Amino acid sequence: MGTRVAAALKDAALAGFVALVLAFPLVGFATNDEGGPSLAIHTRFTWVLLGGAGVFAARLVLTVLRALLPHLVKVGRSNSPARLAGPRRHGARLFGALLVAFAIALPFLPFSSRYLVDLGTTVLIYIMLGWGLNVVVGLAGLLDLGYVAFYAVGAYSFALIARWYGLGFWEALPLSGLLSASFGVLLGFPVLRLRGDYLAIVTLGFGEIVRIVLLNWTDVTGGPNGIAGVPRPTFFGLVLLPRAPNGGATFSQFFGLSFSPDQRIDFLYFVILALALVTNAFSLRLRRLPIGRAWEALREDEIACRALGIDPTRVKLSAFAIGAMLGGFAGAFFATRQGFISPESFTFQESATILAIVVLGGMGSQMGVVLAAILLVTFPEFGRAFAEFRMLLFGAAMVAIMVWRPRGLLAQRAPSVRLRAAAVAVEAT
Amino acid sequence: MLLEVEHLSIRFGGLLAVDDLSFAAEAGQITAIIGPNGAGKTTVFNCLTGFYRPSVGRLALERDGVTHYLERMDGYRIARDAGLARTFQNIRLFAGMTVLENLVVAQHAPLMRASAFSLAGLLGLPGYRRAETHAIEKSCAWLDRIGLLARADDAAGNLPYGAQRRLEIARAMCTDPALLCLDEPAAGLNARETGELMALLRAIRDETGIGILLIEHDMRLVMGVSDRVVVLNYGQKIADGPPDAVRHDAAVIKAYLGEEDAA
Repeated sequence: MGTRVAAALKDAALAGFVALVLAFPLVGFATNDEGGPSLAIHTRFTWVLLGGAGVFAARLVLTVLRALLPHLVKVGRSNSPARLAGPRRHGARLFGALLVAFAIALPFLPFSSRYLVDLGTTVLIYIMLGWGLNVVVGLAGLLDLGYVAFYAVGAYSFALIARWYGLGFWEALPLSGLLSASFGVLLGFPVLRLRGDYLAIVTLGFGEIVRIVLLNWTDVTGGPNGIAGVPRPTFFGLVLLPRAPNGGATFSQFFGLSFSPDQRIDFLYFVILALALVTNAFSLRLRRLPIGRAWEALREDEIACRALGIDPTRVKLSAFAIGAMLGGFAGAFFATRQGFISPESFTFQESATILAIVVLGGMGSQMGVVLAAILLVTFPEFGRAFAEFRMLLFGAAMVAIMVWRPRGLLAQRAPSVRLRAAAVAVEAT
Repeated sequence: MLLEVEHLSIRFGGLLAVDDLSFAAEAGQITAIIGPNGAGKTTVFNCLTGFYRPSVGRLALERDGVTHYLERMDGYRIARDAGLARTFQNIRLFAGMTVLENLVVAQHAPLMRASAFSLAGLLGLPGYRRAETHAIEKSCAWLDRIGLLARADDAAGNLPYGAQRRLEIARAMCTDPALLCLDEPAAGLNARETGELMALLRAIRDETGIGILLIEHDMRLVMGVSDRVVVLNYGQKIADGPPDAVRHDAAVIKAYLGEEDAA
């Protein structure tokens, strides 16, 4: 017992010391602009000491808890290969339905605000991107670090189609998706033989190539100035503006409402919500089809796939194309929502965020993507109260999630076809 | 003749791994390829299944009256069109997917056709639903046969080793092959499991009438089930015939046991 206490104290002391060392430069000094020619430096060593003491205490408590309640704290519990969904599937379905109901009701809830609906729109864009990337990374197991390229292609396709051919959002949406999908195939061809790290590097390069082309092809893309005046989506031909541009009716006139800019925010929210729900239904369905099973089989073992007569080329290209198409839809929506796009919106940072959503959520899990997108997009927002420590907290939260749930928030994989469910259904009738 | 291998040679740099090998395998028969370690057995398999390109030689597989020349085909087309299915020395199941899914994936080609490249499947048309039900029924029939029906919804990677071996054979059979190639199917099995495997192989041969090509080190299994045995040593064929004749062949004994001291 005595040795265990000593070991726990030593462990906690070590953690506290590491925290002190880290906190000394990060927390110990703060710069302040006091109007002079240079910044004034303050020291906050009490904070450093408090932080170190806090980590020491927390680590000690954690060790004690772990010793006392081994059944409550199981690190890496979801580490076993492929735990399959058990009786909790009904719970998951109910949770999903509640989440959708909440999403639909969000703009009408009493505490709702323009800011909240706008934030919801951003979350939904990332959910859609996450679901698109999930096809490539989660199902087909092809690590793609340049996914933002397809997002950009979708956005620029729509902006350019609208500018050159005068098409509106709804007409241009499928075209943007198609163009993105063909870029997916374009990327797919050269990387057919690559896997894992090598594939990641090439896709990273592809993402940068697309961004740099957008930045430099000034005649077409407007270069760093981007493209402004991207048309807004209409509600069955009704514009959501104070005045219709060419004499037509506006949404508010048609329904006899007074115009409010909130209507447009709410409308955009519902558009992306509908797109996301369609995307979800589409990818859930695909997963249960032979193509979806082939994606997962490819992730598990490419050689075995070939030995079973599955053409890996087609399977990979279809995964790239479908993933890119969904990213393209999200991109077109992004363009119409912002009204202005520039290469700045499509940096590697975006790819990393989308990949983090997929990995954090649990590869291949649709619901995991939703949870991770909500977390990743809203956490930095709510973290604003912590000012300069926002990103520190954000990083800590991500590390914590990966320590406690190394295979993502929802690591359970639901089989694409199950025998017992069918048998149970027969018994029930 | 189901499979005819003629003058097969494959060279890796300076090493002639398979040297002018000719043999044949017939439908409704189990043909075993044996030989000491490094004799080139798995290399022959990898040539047949398109993982290696032979340097010289012709590999002809006849299916439904059409002759496929395997040395010119892509690996996946050998499995899909020529009807050659294989298992692996180190099991290659889709470990994270369920037992049932493993067998359904093996029926990818007919299901893909039925789903009209996912279009009919996306719409949930009845033609596709029928095809899917049929695929599941076929999978269940095989699972029942290898005694894994109760574990259909478990992850394949969680099965015991012997069950994984049987599942891999069932998965290969779900592709409706004309020739089944098994690479050391008894490796790591205990005596009872090997006995069950022998019964399974005989049943597949007698009921489906397909050809089975077998690489194996377990002589009890080879001598027990094979109709014909081909012996390789250093990439060359040193014997070819019924098990009893091969067992007493002087060259085979020499290859396995070494030469008797002259003194």
